[in-house]
Amino acid sequence: MSEMIKNALGREIPKYIEGIGELKAFQGAFVYTPEERKAAPRISKATPDMNKIVENIRRSLELCGIKDGMTLSFHHHFRNGDYLVNMVIHEVAKMGIKDITIAASSLQSVHEPLIEHIENGVVTGIETSGLRGKLGEAITRDGILKKPIIIRSHGGRPRAIEAGEVKIDIAFIAAPAADHYGNVNGVEGPTACGSMGYAMVDAEYANKVVVVTDYMVPYPASPISIPQTLVDYVVKVDKIGDPKGIVSGATRVTKNPLELLIAEKAFEAVVASGLVKEGFSFQAGTGGPSLAVAQFLREKMKAEEIKGSFVSGGITGHSVDMLEEGLFKTLLDVQCFDLKAVESIKHNPNHMEMSASFYANPHNKGCVANQLDIMIVSATEVDVDFNVNVITGSNGIIMGASGGHSDTAAGAKLSIVIAPLLRGRLPIVVDEVTTVITPGETIDAVVTERGIAVNPRRKDLEELFKAAGLDIMSIHDLKDVAEKLTGKPQKIQTTDEIVGLVEYRDGTIIDTIRRVK
Amino acid sequence: MKIEGIGQAGSLESNDLMIMVDLNQKENLIIEIESIVKEKFGEQIEAVIKETLTENGVGNGYIKVVDKGALDFAIRARLKTAIKRAEGRQ
Repeated sequence: MSEMIKNALGREIPKYIEGIGELKAFQGAFVYTPEERKAAPRISKATPDMNKIVENIRRSLELCGIKDGMTLSFHHHFRNGDYLVNMVIHEVAKMGIKDITIAASSLQSVHEPLIEHIENGVVTGIETSGLRGKLGEAITRDGILKKPIIIRSHGGRPRAIEAGEVKIDIAFIAAPAADHYGNVNGVEGPTACGSMGYAMVDAEYANKVVVVTDYMVPYPASPISIPQTLVDYVVKVDKIGDPKGIVSGATRVTKNPLELLIAEKAFEAVVASGLVKEGFSFQAGTGGPSLAVAQFLREKMKAEEIKGSFVSGGITGHSVDMLEEGLFKTLLDVQCFDLKAVESIKHNPNHMEMSASFYANPHNKGCVANQLDIMIVSATEVDVDFNVNVITGSNGIIMGASGGHSDTAAGAKLSIVIAPLLRGRLPIVVDEVTTVITPGETIDAVVTERGIAVNPRRKDLEELFKAAGLDIMSIHDLKDVAEKLTGKPQKIQTTDEIVGLVEYRDGTIIDTIRRVK
Repeated sequence: MKIEGIGQAGSLESNDLMIMVDLNQKENLIIEIESIVKEKFGEQIEAVIKETLTENGVGNGYIKVVDKGALDFAIRARLKTAIKRAEGRQ
């Protein structure tokens, strides 16, 4: 095994991994400065007589020159309703191609059939924001993947693509609607998913781009999210996804009293910070309590006639309501979560689509995350150094996603973690998180039903919270309250084998994921 | 016909557990634990079960636990009830 070094959080990181290369250890949220030039795809040529329509996925793979060892990219706007990843990899397998790396913006439980292709050597590398279900289990417990999986945030992925660290040979775009010349939008057709934000960077940097759709529109598609200038081929198939798995009917605010209590405390903390004022910006996850915090904010903004600047991230119908009520000037949308958001982005010019790079890439000339005032994030675990885990479960198995967690925590003026103190018997505040996704230096406070812990780096915030009479406790006291109820948790038994690398948004390695016994 | 020496208590709801106690097993003590938090609390659950068995004078038997993340007090209460039922006291 390669020589190990400790990164700034004391996590052991290998210096080199076969098939991946030299690794840089995480040194702090804003320490690493890139010096290279951006990568670029090959120059293309399109003559007027060229026809981009191809009869099937197999033919598109042949035309793109598919061969062993290539990297294929995918995006996850179709979430658990995606058919494309499985269709393409199935075809690749039938062609006898091996050693493929899948660079996906995220993978879901619908992608379980990949297990077979990994076992057969068709797929040997996976780079993604997250994994769920049996695929996560097979990779973390059975160690089936040849190279460690690389976990990247939503901002870290476009950074890695632009930096040429992820060299996409063929990008596959699951297009809700497309014309014969490759213009794509996400707002028409049976699988309308709204924003195409994650796919935009893939289309721009891949050597070959294949658009796959089940809904052809007359030329030119309108609006256009991914333009013809980037697209090589267009394939029409019967179905590219299951609308039921793509967007939910309506995202509801929680009625769970515990979640409401946590949300209320988080709302009080947000107000006490003094950041809720004319022109402020806001982002929250879509989990129950996060949405409830937004609901409380909405009432306050109405009552006090405060008008905010923008809401960003994954957008729900709830954010749309706030836009339509005039409470926020704009929505900046990388992914729509429900039908209302899809309808809104189609019709409302102030509901703007943004690319993943625009959203969260730390190595461009300024991402939206840097302009955020308030960010509410969730946590699977948070430790006494305020480091947050959202990727591995209590058993060490990959079951979540990095998402925009570390990006928005780093960018926002105030980033608040909200979580219940216990989930079942599991304490959420622990000595050391199983896997670090977001470093504690970018988290300002942790809000639980039992009390609020402020990061000691934010004395200013602690003063404001004290002045507002909030129940502040030290993070160690919060951990003790949890452990008094649950007992002290055992350490998960892992081997030395590294099955996953967690890349921080700047490309340095913040943690590894070990194979679970 | 009444089955003697077997008692059950609890549920499979989140934060609860189901315990089955069979006192017909005279030779030795067999404890089987299934738990959603086994990696983190398996040892502690076993310790609480053993402690509660001793406190209630149970030295031999077959104990089957299906745990959904119960805290210690719930484990003790469910086990005591299962023992009582197995002994025909309730």
